[in-house]
Parts: sequence; C-alpha cells; structure tokens
Amino acid sequence: MLQGKKVIAVGERDGISGPAIAACAKAAGADVVFVATECFV
Amino acid sequence: MPDVVISAATQVLAHVPSLARHGSKPRRELAKNEEQAEKFAAALRSYDDAAAYPPHQAWIGNIHPRDLPARPWSANAGEPQRSGRFGEVMPEAEFLGLLAAVDDFELFALSPEAARTAAEALAAHPLAKAFDLDRIERSVGDIDKVAGEPNALRLTDGAAMRCAQVDDESLSAHVLVDNLAAKATATLALLHLLDRSGIDPTSVEYVIGCGEEAIGDRYQRGGGNLAKAVAESAGLTEASGADVKNFCAAFVPALVTASALVGAGVFKRVAIISGGSLAKLGMKFQGHLAKGLPIMEDVLGGTATLVEADDGTSPKVRLDVVGRHRVSAGGSAAEVMKALAVEPLTRNGVAMTDIDDFATELHNPEITEPQGSGNVPERNYRTIAALAAAKGDIERSDIASFVTERGMPGYAPTQGHLASALCYTPHALDRLTSGDARKVMMLAKGSLFLGRMCQLSDGMSVLLERNAEEVK
Amino acid sequence: MDLQSQEAILKASQTHDKSDLVVLLGSPDPESATIAAETVIVGDPSYAGALAGAQLGLLTYHVLEEEVHADVPDDVWEAQIGVMADVLEADQLAQTVRGFRDQN
Repeated sequence: MLQGKKVIAVGERDGISGPAIAACAKAAGADVVFVATECFV
Repeated sequence: MPDVVISAATQVLAHVPSLARHGSKPRRELAKNEEQAEKFAAALRSYDDAAAYPPHQAWIGNIHPRDLPARPWSANAGEPQRSGRFGEVMPEAEFLGLLAAVDDFELFALSPEAARTAAEALAAHPLAKAFDLDRIERSVGDIDKVAGEPNALRLTDGAAMRCAQVDDESLSAHVLVDNLAAKATATLALLHLLDRSGIDPTSVEYVIGCGEEAIGDRYQRGGGNLAKAVAESAGLTEASGADVKNFCAAFVPALVTASALVGAGVFKRVAIISGGSLAKLGMKFQGHLAKGLPIMEDVLGGTATLVEADDGTSPKVRLDVVGRHRVSAGGSAAEVMKALAVEPLTRNGVAMTDIDDFATELHNPEITEPQGSGNVPERNYRTIAALAAAKGDIERSDIASFVTERGMPGYAPTQGHLASALCYTPHALDRLTSGDARKVMMLAKGSLFLGRMCQLSDGMSVLLERNAEEVK
Repeated sequence: MDLQSQEAILKASQTHDKSDLVVLLGSPDPESATIAAETVIVGDPSYAGALAGAQLGLLTYHVLEEEVHADVPDDVWEAQIGVMADVLEADQLAQTVRGFRDQN
C-alpha cells in the first residue's frame, strides 16, 4: 500500500512522533516528503 | 563522591486573570473576534475560585495529587487556602507589585492606585522584608501615557509595560513582561524556600535556572541567566548562576548538574529555580469557552529546589541512576520512555515495581481535555506500565493498577517545564521522608523540534531515594 | 495543525501527483486525529492556516491502522511503535481516520 508512495508524516509528541512514522514509511518502501511532530502542551 | 540530597523544595502560583489575555494564543485570537473577547473576559476566575481549585491546592502542598477529589474538580473544591506546605497562591493585585519590585530597569509601570494596593498588601506579607517595596513607588506612572509610548503594552487598567528598545524584537514589551513574570514567580518561590528552610542565604553558592523564557537582545536572543537575576532579587549575595535550557525537560538536567556540582565538591549548596510562562496563559481557552468552562490557564507557577551534600535525612539524588534519551534512540514515545523509565533502572538492578512514585508530565487534564489534547499524565503512565509489562516486571492485567498506584492525576498548569516532573519535587521530598516511599523516579521530556533545529525530543530521568536506604 | 506544516502539505500537494501522496497521522486520541484528518482532507477547521478551505482530499491513514501495520517490517514496527500500539487506542483512532477516508 505504501510502496512507492510519497508520504507526509504528521506525528504528535504524545502519540507517534513524525520521525517514527517516517521510519515506518521508509521501511515500507515509501518516499517521505514531509515530516513534522506536533506538540500541544 | 559523597552523596547528594534535595533538602528543600517550594512552589508558588500567582493568580493573574487580567494577564491571561496577553498569553500568546489569546492575544492572537481575541483581537479577531470581539464577541469571543467578551466571553473570555466573562469566563475568568475569581481569586477564591482559583485558590480553592484542587489542583492548585495540590500544587502548594495541601493535598497529594493522589488525594485529589473526583472530577470535575471545581465542583469539589474546598475552601480557598492561600498558603500550603510548599508555598502560596498570590493574588493578582500583589503580584503586580512583585513585578515592579523585581524590575531593575523601571520599564513596568503601575497606576497610583494599583501601586498603593500592591505596596500595602506586600508590606503585610510574611516575606515583606525581602521585597523591594520602594521600587513599587518608583514604578508609578500615568498608565494611559505609558501605554501610549512607542511599542508599549497596556496590561491592565493599572499596569503597563514599556519596551526597552523600539526596533529590537527581543526587547519588546511582550518579551520583557514574559521574562519579568518568570523572574517574579521564581523569586517568590526562592524566598519561600529560604524562609521555610531557614538556611543562611549566603550559604548558597550557585543557582541554576531551568525555565523556558528567552532573555536577551537582538544580538544574543537567548543569552539567559535568569538564575543570577533571581539570585540577586532573593538576596543570595554569595551566589552566581546560569541557566540550563532543555525545553520542558530542563529540570532534570538542572537537578543532575546541580547534584554533580555538589557531589564533586565544586559548590556546597546549589539552588534550582524556574518561573512561570506568561506566553502560555489562556493557551487552550477556545476549548474551555466551547465547553462552558472558566479560563483555567490563569496562574503562573514558580519553583525553587535546594541541593546539598548528604544531611542524613533528606532524599538522595542517585547520580548513578540517570536515564538519558540518546540521539540514536529514535523518536517514538515508547523509545523515550524506555530510555528514561526502563534502562536506568534495569542497569542498576532496580525493578520498575521498586519505584513507589513515577513523576512524569503532570499537566492538569481538565485543562488539556476540552481542547482535544487528552490526558497527558495518564498516557505517560500507561506507556510506563506497558513497558513494565513488556519487560515482565508486571502482568498485563496489572497495567491499570500500576498506573493508579505508581502514577497520579495531573495537576500542573500547562507551563512546560513546571509540569515535567518538577512540580512533584516537594511531594517527593514528603513521600521520601515523612511518607512511606522508598524510591521516586523523576522523568522529564522536552519537545526540541519546536525550535526547528532538529526533529528530536529529549528526556532525562533520575532516581530519588529515601535517605539511609540500602544502596542496591 | 501547525501553520508551517499546513504550508508544507499544500506545497507537497502542488508538487506531487495527488494519487502518489499518502498522509500518515500519529495523533494520540480521536479528537486530535479528527482535527488532523479534517485539515488534510477537508481543510483547516480553525481557518487559520494555508489549508483553510483547501479540500485537498489527501489519502490519509492513522499510522496504527492495520493497512499501515501490514506494510511495515516487524522489527521496524517494534522499534518505532512498540508498546504505543497498546497504550493508544488503535481501534478508536483507526475508526476515526477511516471515517474521514470513507466520506471522501
């Protein structure tokens, strides 16, 4: 599903962080085009 | 290396409803919508309501967070108590005077009435001798005139802040009042610590700041050293100081650093201070108004902690049980918690079930939930418990009781560093001396990515242990 | 959603073929997942950012959804997600984001 896709990783500090999502996406064969982690506290 | 202890800890709140609209979020949003500005003003709390609010009573030490009543807390509030074992909740009229009292540059102005009210009240304060009350008189001005000066900021009808340099963003009125509020709250906490511990102020040789304010000017925007400014305000004539900057996580590296300085014999007594974040007042107001709640982010916190060589009774700082979140550790919340809550304990042969209290991010959920940010402490504790289960220290079926028994409800204002383990320090001291705890783990986390210099988080942890405990 | 993130996402949607783009969210609870999903699919609900009214309709998943999990090698999943899949209510989060996906 993610193979060859361009992934936008929007993570949250209290959930799954951007870099963690990006690492998963890369391992799944996607190209990560944007990574961010939000923090609401 | 000799053992090091935390011998005293205090924390205060300043109730500042009139300043809440100057927080970063309200100041940007309320200008767009007059109806919302009116609703905001109508939803501000009285001093009595704020002082009685159970999380604030937990903050100043009249109850332990695990003894908080059922929610909603405002419905189960007791009597307003200004004072607690750890500090006080200072009313706004007095705090405005305190801002003037710590203002070395006379940039903050009070109207004659505001100055008079503040000076009278502060003169009757138990710590009155420590306040520079003359400065309050010198701060008197015509608020309309001051607010009309270039780039000045009208704070309330009775108070205004000048900028220090018209074309320097780092010396804008907003930045300066933010910094001054941090200085005032930290100073108040430190004065309470000196008073309650009875130590000779000249015995403190160093002060470390762990707040998130940015003190500087256009050429050195984050130069810092609120610590030394507060040392001066609090009369620590023999102290120098510096700040540790680590977003919300800063208290633990500050504590570890202070402890290492004492343990290595560099200094005998080191204080750690932090003030509140004015920028975070009213941050989640939209959720609160939408749910018919009061503006709950109307208080500024301040803290002070004292570290010194083993005195035979105070809890020890176990410098051999420090967790750090390495660059290579990866960004997942589980990896951060593993680095902080699991690794240092495992490395030292301590089971997670040996920890009586884990102090992690203790943001008040009544503040965060209405805005959709969930219950931060609960999430942290469930992560720690899940890791304990994954490790085999507990059964999966024990996760819920682990959270209840070793975690606690959040009670801290949403002011970053204040919530990140720091606010548990005075409670930890109690638990590890007159209470029945043997080990308390302090875990602090910070969102470095907010500064756009890296995508990383950081965290650090350290174990506090009852004195005369067997070292494993 | 952070204003800079909104701008970056808007730019990405203009740079790349929409059919190639997938948004993966890491929100910890349904409320924040709702705001994030709504922002990238329908538009910024607070009308503050570049995605206000943008209606990008981007294909969006929560990282904890089965379809995503299935694509990620076990060792990477364990290292990056680990116990968070238990701590966060994965089913609820999946349901929230799937709801937005199905609507579009």
